[in-house]
Amino acid sequence: MLQYILRRALLMIPTLIVTSLVAYIIIELPPGDFATSYVANLAAQGDMASQETARVIREQYGLDQPATVRYLKWMQGILTQGNFGIAFELRQPVSSFIWERVWLTLALSLGSILITWALAFPIGIYSAVKQYSIGDYFFTFLGFIGIAVPGFLLALVLMYVQFKYLGQTSGGLFSSEFLTAPWSWDKVLDLLQHIWLPVIILAVGGTAELIRIMRANLLDELRKPYVITARAKGLPEWRVLLKYPVRLALNPFVSTIGWTLPFLVSGSIILSVVMNLPTTGPMLLRALQVQDMYLAGALILILSVLTIIGTLLSDILLAWLDPRIRYQ
Amino acid sequence: MKDESTLLEVKNLKTHFFLDEGTVKAVEGADLTIRRGGTLGVVGESGCGKSVMSYSILQLVESPGRIVAGQILFHRQLKCNGQSQMMDVIDLAALAPNSRAMRDIRGEEIAMIFQEPMTSLSPVHTIGNQIEEVITLHRRVDHATARRQAVDMLRRVGIPKPEERVDAYPFQLSGGMRQRAMIAMALACHPSLLIADEPTTALDVTTQAQILELIQELQRDLGMAVMLITHNLGMVAEICEEIVVMYLGEVVERADVFSLFREPLHPYTRALLRSIPRLGQIKQGRLDPIQGAVPDPYNRPVGCPFHPRCAQMMPGTCDRIHPELIERRDNRAVRCLLCEP
Repeated sequence: MLQYILRRALLMIPTLIVTSLVAYIIIELPPGDFATSYVANLAAQGDMASQETARVIREQYGLDQPATVRYLKWMQGILTQGNFGIAFELRQPVSSFIWERVWLTLALSLGSILITWALAFPIGIYSAVKQYSIGDYFFTFLGFIGIAVPGFLLALVLMYVQFKYLGQTSGGLFSSEFLTAPWSWDKVLDLLQHIWLPVIILAVGGTAELIRIMRANLLDELRKPYVITARAKGLPEWRVLLKYPVRLALNPFVSTIGWTLPFLVSGSIILSVVMNLPTTGPMLLRALQVQDMYLAGALILILSVLTIIGTLLSDILLAWLDPRIRYQ
Repeated sequence: MKDESTLLEVKNLKTHFFLDEGTVKAVEGADLTIRRGGTLGVVGESGCGKSVMSYSILQLVESPGRIVAGQILFHRQLKCNGQSQMMDVIDLAALAPNSRAMRDIRGEEIAMIFQEPMTSLSPVHTIGNQIEEVITLHRRVDHATARRQAVDMLRRVGIPKPEERVDAYPFQLSGGMRQRAMIAMALACHPSLLIADEPTTALDVTTQAQILELIQELQRDLGMAVMLITHNLGMVAEICEEIVVMYLGEVVERADVFSLFREPLHPYTRALLRSIPRLGQIKQGRLDPIQGAVPDPYNRPVGCPFHPRCAQMMPGTCDRIHPELIERRDNRAVRCLLCEP
């Protein structure tokens, strides 16, 4: 088992290198650079900006150097000083403001994953065991609605309800007085008061989907002969269920933990825009629009690394759950 | 045959499956008796209800299947202070499938082994874990004792290096070893009846013989009764004392093994025996299969269920009258209008 974890961890290194390259290539791909889009923006606002301005900006930010040199410099900065480069638009180092958004995104994702699982597992098990019962039909109905309703629409409706009937202003993750305040217990409490709504909205779609997956997985497992063997031993039905088919139905779940994170990040962009959430989604969108390449690159890189770590975790968990993987 | 030695009596058992397309009468009148320590073979074609009948005994038939009629009388021996032996007769058919009373019988008094040793064992638990589970469930023993008993049981079923294999997962064992582990699990609590549902079908021929020998050997040592469900008449001839032949959910003939092979009474039994390949028969050419196929389960033939395929069908009689299972004086029974006095 230890050997397996070590091997997996070592395999992460080449994956990370390739990931950083791909992230860099993606942000290099669009034609032009920050200077061109900056000049174009000024021109759109009626300001006459000359090619001279563009040249000065390029020189200032090192955009006139070849791409390979910039990539190596960028990676060197990240690896040695944790310096992700300069965000052109804000004229600040990327690392100075990016982490708060990354942690908030992670908190949001983890919160919604936990709620998703807490709801989806028991409901999925119930739906499979009592297949075609009234309860199963009820949750199937709810599940399809949950899958079909887009998160942002649900967000708009809930924000309206929150404003109209609870008298709370919504949107954002903090009250206005805490927006720029340094971290304190009060700020954390304030965060908890705001974060539940987006967490629930994010969880709804995932829960609905997961109920369907859990139900289908478990229905497959319930028909396997080892379930009858377990019953023939004289085990009570709930112990039969939890020890055998449910345990095996969990495998597909565990293997998806890794990519739940990027899914939640990309899936929550519209929601974040609608609810004005300070997550990485809107920031990435903006950075790509203005070709703020180091900011976009840093965001893509961090999310990729988190995904790889997530995949590693799910692989380890899967090996722990399923000996057939551990021994091969 | 109602004496001290009776272990299990199945009386007019009917198990039906209620599907959208109609009712499938998988078991439609099964009668049999198993003696304490005896060996009963249940034979018949695929789909004749022999498996469902055996599942019914343990109340393992799943919805939409249900036992709709009949009795399954289990004569449980209660050991009081090790001296006086009390008999307690329980009707298993009357118990709820998940009731405490039913679960106490399963694994403890009646155990079962299945066709596919791979899929019948959980792939993600060690065989030790799966054997210990049944021991700790029915016996008041701690974990260490259960583990020791599991190792003993594995040694007894002929698994080499049981101290190591107890921690092996099913996929690390060969098919024959898996079936041995399955048998160890079934016999861990020394049941008085072992139901073996085609235990060797998924194994190769040499392993089949070993597993059969093992079952016989353990039966002698532990004094348990065995109910062997199979479509292999050769296997039945080898290890069974009594045979029950089933057709379309009904017991059509019951006899001791010698009488059945020497003088089969029911036309279906005769047809079954004719269809066995024999050494030296090659020159005559082709085997003699039974005509036709098992009828559509939704449309059982009126009258005798075997009449559409029967060579001796009496028109006007067999397709009208449903024969009863007639007990004969020589302790045999047959369900055929030809044999009625």
